[in-house]
Amino acid sequence: MSIRRFALAAIAGLSLSAAVQAQTTLLNVSYDPTRELYSEFNTSFNKHWQARGHEAVTIQQSHGGSGKQARAVIDGLRADVVTLALAGDIDELNKLGKLIPEDWQSRLPQGSTPYTSTIVFLVRKGNPKAIKDWDDLVKPGVEVITPNPKTSGGARWNFLAAWAYAEQKYGSEAKAKEFTEQLYKNVPVLDTGARGSTITFVNNNIGDVLLAWENEAFLALKEEGGENFEIVAPSLSILAEPPVAVVDKNVDRKGTREVATAYLNYLYSAEGQRIAAKNFYRPRDAKVAAEFSKQFPDLKLVTIDKDFGGWKSAQPKFFNDGGVFDQIYQVQ
Amino acid sequence: MSRRTSPVIPGFGLTLGYTLVYLGLLVLIPLGAMFVHAAQLTWSDFWAIVSAPRVLAALKLSFGTAFVAALINGLIGTLLAWVLVRYRFSGRRIIDAMIDLPFALPTAVAGIALTALYAPSGLVGQFASDLGFKIAYTPLGITLALTFVTLPFVVRTVQPVLADIPREVEEAAACLGARPLQVFRHVLLPALLPAWLTGFALAFARGVGEYGSVIFIAGNMPMKTEILPLLIMVKLDQYDYTGATAIGVLMLVVSFVLLLLVNLLQRRIETP
Amino acid sequence: MSSITAVTSAKAHGNANAARCGHALGRNLLIIGAWLVFALFLLLPLYMVLSEALKQGLGVFFTAILEPDAIAALKLTLLAVAISVPLNLLFGVAAAWCVSKYEFRGKSLLVTLIDLPFSVSPVIAGLIYVLLFGAQGFFGEWLQDRDIQIVFAVPGIVLATLFVTVPFVARELIPLMQEQGTQEEEAARLLGANGWQMFWYVTVPNIKWGLIYGVVLCTARAMGEFGAVSVVSGHIRGYTNTLPLHVEILYNEYNHVAAFSVASLLLALALCILLLKQWSEARLARLQSNAAEE
Repeated sequence: MSIRRFALAAIAGLSLSAAVQAQTTLLNVSYDPTRELYSEFNTSFNKHWQARGHEAVTIQQSHGGSGKQARAVIDGLRADVVTLALAGDIDELNKLGKLIPEDWQSRLPQGSTPYTSTIVFLVRKGNPKAIKDWDDLVKPGVEVITPNPKTSGGARWNFLAAWAYAEQKYGSEAKAKEFTEQLYKNVPVLDTGARGSTITFVNNNIGDVLLAWENEAFLALKEEGGENFEIVAPSLSILAEPPVAVVDKNVDRKGTREVATAYLNYLYSAEGQRIAAKNFYRPRDAKVAAEFSKQFPDLKLVTIDKDFGGWKSAQPKFFNDGGVFDQIYQVQ
Repeated sequence: MSRRTSPVIPGFGLTLGYTLVYLGLLVLIPLGAMFVHAAQLTWSDFWAIVSAPRVLAALKLSFGTAFVAALINGLIGTLLAWVLVRYRFSGRRIIDAMIDLPFALPTAVAGIALTALYAPSGLVGQFASDLGFKIAYTPLGITLALTFVTLPFVVRTVQPVLADIPREVEEAAACLGARPLQVFRHVLLPALLPAWLTGFALAFARGVGEYGSVIFIAGNMPMKTEILPLLIMVKLDQYDYTGATAIGVLMLVVSFVLLLLVNLLQRRIETP
Repeated sequence: MSSITAVTSAKAHGNANAARCGHALGRNLLIIGAWLVFALFLLLPLYMVLSEALKQGLGVFFTAILEPDAIAALKLTLLAVAISVPLNLLFGVAAAWCVSKYEFRGKSLLVTLIDLPFSVSPVIAGLIYVLLFGAQGFFGEWLQDRDIQIVFAVPGIVLATLFVTVPFVARELIPLMQEQGTQEEEAARLLGANGWQMFWYVTVPNIKWGLIYGVVLCTARAMGEFGAVSVVSGHIRGYTNTLPLHVEILYNEYNHVAAFSVASLLLALALCILLLKQWSEARLARLQSNAAEE
């Protein structure tokens, strides 16, 4: 009997969702910490789009670890646009999936990166372990929370920021390797994604310092009311550039190229930039950046292209199997 | 027991045919696809992947924690089955009904609940951290999660068999002067063993592959608390399809051999 | 056995009483042990889910479970259950029939194959369908040319659910039907019943107990599957998220309370299933004892 009831409910459910499907839909496949950003942005874009005389679009969101999301798109998840944590993951859409052209990054301004972020420390209120800079993370007894660079885009930015600091301060790759090895010895939990790490640090109370996206750290502060945590900006960090792209093969099949392109362009508009800034991403637009200048501390930042030769060389060197991360992690 | 060959009962062709087609389409062809994919590797490539230190560590962890969890369930499961079958006491029916909770509860729910419970700030975890050890994010936490999700196996396989053993047999043995342990060893154990082994093996096999409840509580540290199924996910997310399928094939072969052994063993015990 | 029943002396009687007295202490210890295991392993996690869900009151709880994404996830979960349970019920009966009523070569192998989805890691269960139907998979191009989507859409979720729930009914029925043997069915045939009559009037009443239990387990697993579905879902909010995936998403959105609220919805469904099973079992037992008295 229960089966019959289930079946009825399911059929009713199916017919309902079929009715909803009639509108144009746009699927944005994104990484973990952008949930709040895009839930606000999507509403705003829909208003903008309808004001221009178009029909409303249903914008679907999918979030997860950046690498996992890229793979899902390669395996057939029909994303109209991807908004991922790093260019390296979108490159794979070209290499493995043939879904976008090789020069995808030059199709939109600023290397297709409408907003940026950086890596900062989130520590417990009062900073009991007196964590000021990267050097404090390798001290014995300090527990560092960061996700696994193999699976998390944010964690790769974390790793490279630590590497850049050590290399500049101690002057050699060997020293940087030693430094990062020491750092990862202080990591008690290595989650698969940036969000997992934040949950571990904030909700489960593990560790003394969380290496986090700046936007993620601000968001955690906002959610917790700023009572339990504070942000520490290190002396040197990395400019994290999460890029966006229209997935050509999918939009051409679905006939959504126009709306998908407008969607990404809207990220560059003053309104889009403001929404990004409100969600703690650093805007590219100088005017909007000036409006929010108090929010973001001035940091010395290295970049992936200048200091690491881009993801095309950083990814295999550091994070592929047998790369630097494996070497320092296998030793333990 | 005699061999049952019964020409009188109809439906052999129909049921066997349907079973094979269904299994073939849903299970065998898809699993075969994984083998085909892995067959792109040479033996030495395959060996290099599955004998990498990180894979070996995950292998040890997955099989070790699943084994310990199955063992714990072998003990407390038998206890529960015994108490539920042999004694009448208040709350018996509630316990009996709730034994299946770990099956009915989605593993992700179990995962977040157990993490909330055993994390250093959690209800139980704080006592452990006062005593100076951690439960969540260690193999101990993984073992506990696996013990939870596989709890019903031994209970539910042992329970009906135990119920079928007439109480008089034990009482008679006791009357004849057997001590409780002797009764257990000579009367109950032989009768229960096949069921117990089945429950144990199912719990073990399920534990090795369990994913949802473990990833929340494991901490997922390579070489330390990274389970095999997670390693497959990690390989996949690095676009390493062959690496993922190689580990998948390894896990599959191991669980297949394990199940086959148990089924053969059971038949051996049933038909001496 | 006959030698045991032959013992009637008063001395033996005394021994039996002594044995029972010895049992009393052990009995109580064992019952306490069972209660402890029950409280620590089963009640505590359950309490955890409920207390976290109701942390901020009933209002927040209901907002979380009535939110459109949660409702959509519930519908998808029920759809997966509604498809996979009947199919696997049919399969379970057929498989148990041929395994338990006949002897044939390769039977152990067949039983093992039936069990296999049970011990195959859910992650692998998802992976194989991606390898088959994903854009890079064996049928990927063929499906794309015809604009059919299986993985990262509802069919993939249903397939993955079907896979992981294949053995449940069969697993419950095989030992039961093996134990019951074939005499009753043979008798029915000799008395002139045709195949279907024999099945409906002799076999089904005998296996009802196991059948219900199998369906219960199958439903529960179909409802709660996480790993396999997670691989093939694509995690599109409101479209390809099942309830367990929705729990994970909420958990990852700092929405601790909402995550546990939806989790407690799943818990409530789970408890309903358990109740249903308990009720049908009790009814069945009453029917059987009535039949025995007549």
